[in-house]
Amino acid sequence: MSDTTSQKLLDIQNLSILLPDGADRRYAVEDISIDLSPGETLCIVGESGSGKSLTARAVMGLLPGPKVRVGDGAINFLGEDTTKVTPERLRDIRGNEISMIFQEPMTALNPVMRIGDQIDEIFRFHVSMPAKERAARALQLLTDVNLPDPAGIMRAYPHELSGGQRQRAMIAMALALEPKILIADEPTTALDVTTQAQILKLIKELQQQHHTGVLFITHDFGVVADIADRVAVMQYGKLVEMGTVHEVLNAPQHPYTKGLIAAIPKLKPRAAREQSKESVLSAHGVRKTFGSTGGFSLFGKKDRVVHAVNDVSIEVHRGETLGIVGESGSGKSTMARCLIRLMDIDDGEIYVGDQEISKLDRKHMRPHRRRLQMVFQDPFASLNPRIRVGQIIAQGPILQGVDKEEANKRAKELISIVGLEESAFDRFPHEFSGGQRQRIGIARALALEPDILIADEPVSALDVSIQAQILELLDKIRKQMNLSMVFITHDLRVAAQVCDRVAVMQYGKVVEIGPTAELFGDPQHDYTKALLAAIPGKDWQTEDVA
Amino acid sequence: MSFWKRFARNRQAVLGMFILALVILMALFAGAFYPDDPFRLAGKPLAPPGTSGFLLGSDSLGRDVASGIAHGAKTSIMIGLVATVAAVFIGVIFGALSGYYGGKIDDALMRVTEMFQTIPSFVFAILLVAIMKPSIESIVIAITVVSWPGVARLVRGEFLALKNREFVQACHTLGMGDIQIMLREILPNCVSPIIVVGSLMVATAILIESGLAFLGLGDPNIMSWGFQIGAGRTMLRSAWWVCTFPGIAILVTVLAINLVGEGLNDALNPRLRERQ
Repeated sequence: MSDTTSQKLLDIQNLSILLPDGADRRYAVEDISIDLSPGETLCIVGESGSGKSLTARAVMGLLPGPKVRVGDGAINFLGEDTTKVTPERLRDIRGNEISMIFQEPMTALNPVMRIGDQIDEIFRFHVSMPAKERAARALQLLTDVNLPDPAGIMRAYPHELSGGQRQRAMIAMALALEPKILIADEPTTALDVTTQAQILKLIKELQQQHHTGVLFITHDFGVVADIADRVAVMQYGKLVEMGTVHEVLNAPQHPYTKGLIAAIPKLKPRAAREQSKESVLSAHGVRKTFGSTGGFSLFGKKDRVVHAVNDVSIEVHRGETLGIVGESGSGKSTMARCLIRLMDIDDGEIYVGDQEISKLDRKHMRPHRRRLQMVFQDPFASLNPRIRVGQIIAQGPILQGVDKEEANKRAKELISIVGLEESAFDRFPHEFSGGQRQRIGIARALALEPDILIADEPVSALDVSIQAQILELLDKIRKQMNLSMVFITHDLRVAAQVCDRVAVMQYGKVVEIGPTAELFGDPQHDYTKALLAAIPGKDWQTEDVA
Repeated sequence: MSFWKRFARNRQAVLGMFILALVILMALFAGAFYPDDPFRLAGKPLAPPGTSGFLLGSDSLGRDVASGIAHGAKTSIMIGLVATVAAVFIGVIFGALSGYYGGKIDDALMRVTEMFQTIPSFVFAILLVAIMKPSIESIVIAITVVSWPGVARLVRGEFLALKNREFVQACHTLGMGDIQIMLREILPNCVSPIIVVGSLMVATAILIESGLAFLGLGDPNIMSWGFQIGAGRTMLRSAWWVCTFPGIAILVTVLAINLVGEGLNDALNPRLRERQ
């Protein structure tokens, strides 16, 4: 092979991708030029709808045609234009020379096929070698991606693996034929931070071994800081900025990049505030288990019981924000739903002020509902699509016996408090964007003038710039109304920014709780330390962006 | 895009709608075109179409086939609509309670539903009509009884999926009561599939009614398409028109309703809409 470093692996020139007629813009991707060299990692960053995923799919010839198609430009892969080659050649390139890993490994793997067979399939389609050798290669691949018990995993079905293991298996498949380019489309977005850190490390290691060019699509600047050599920033289908990771992250030129980077929550814990001693919400020894209780098991199969919340005690003071952080399955969302009585607890006590609420039946709970309100994670699922915004907000007060006129007036006020136009009152939820819907959800919670707001991952479904706005709004409201907040999140950056105290949960237990600055500065528990170490881009954030 | 625009994009659905409108007009104005009782002996028996003043011929007793079809349309459409509305009503109540509350209530209600589903629906309908004596009421009841379980299962599924959505949980945190959550929050969100299934059920109801009438289990005092076919079946080879025209009427009407149902499905189902 000739001098590989000088030759570009991938050279995308003036690429445009057409959207179907009637879409909100004509081009999904407009006039983009990107190149990739061997052994290099290029990150394409952008918010949802920026066209970053379509760019990656275009390289593989995987555009959702016939309406979405390449309009103009060329994708040169080692001198071959993949937009013009025959479908046979394209199939040969896919997997063999360019391969891809996806965001959700559960849907990218075939659920009814063993992992070993799925890897075997790649070899059978692309190269001819005896079955024994194929099996040996597959086993070696699974070993290379550091999966425990590779032989066992060969025989396992995708649902038997954890999210991180599935993503490792996907990477093994993608690298089976030692492709020259690996396209990774948000490969760690669905994973917990500690798993994400491991996967990023693995991709980096494998890339160094095989000198692969990696095209990495992400929305997370922390990940970019950890893995990229060069960065391309996209907005509305256009490339707004491209440069080395150092240039783009530390000295961004384009106002959009500057805005995005400024919107990333800093890992600096917020300054400690004056604390009230008045307890507004407390939980003592709360337990909640899931599993098939009741109902007899005919075949004597042992019931699987999950201790989602296991002996948790927390206390929230007036005006305070308590963060509950943890990875998926740690029980943090279950805890939130127990606190607000969406679920009945098995054991323990929950006090709102000095009223015990966990044993109240629905009728007696109703008058206390007002004091505890919740903001939900998914802005698309949390508003009834068939009800107008004004009614969604006014509903709560009306149920609590407020006069209809009065409630509507209050709803209009709240709409402007959360920063929406007053015309929103008569519109339906689908007319709003994700961030705006989250504002409506907040207004609904505030309509009852609660003492305590429980926010369950309120910003995790939002783009980073919108995220910053919603966090700001929550903070403003908390101050104005002297609210106490329980803030559930998996994102430690967000927790550092909004919480006064943080409780870290793992396997249903609180492993550590303390003031944010102390917990971040001097973590005591091993798990807290591991979580903090896994935050993507934690080294970069210490250099403050000018 | 408005609902009608989306509906109009499906040409077949528009055609179905047009045919259905014709059938309904025919039913409404049957009395104007054929003011006499369709059971009246109007002339020569077994006159072929176009002769002796019969547009579509006459049957063995000299009854006008065209008049029978026009008046029969009223019966078919009326039975189809009433039976469907009743079945949807019962099905929604069963499905909603069972999906929303789950657990033992769900078990109990679903076992009842399954009991109805295990008996082949047409045989069950025959049995019910035979027990109750053939009349228009007993036919409507029989069709309702055999067709509500499908609606109940559908509504149960929708309620199961929707009751855990965050907007329903938000209503719980506001302190909303169960009835209100079911009627105001969840039900409006499953109206589309119910409309689609309901429209197809009208077609099935018309078929069951015709089948019952064909077997002689129709209301003896009311003209219907199935009755006409039943009356003419022995003379199929000598007087083909007695069976054929009511048969075509059933075919065209049921087809039209199915096309409209498909069109409604395309227009109301947001996931299909995106796929286009």
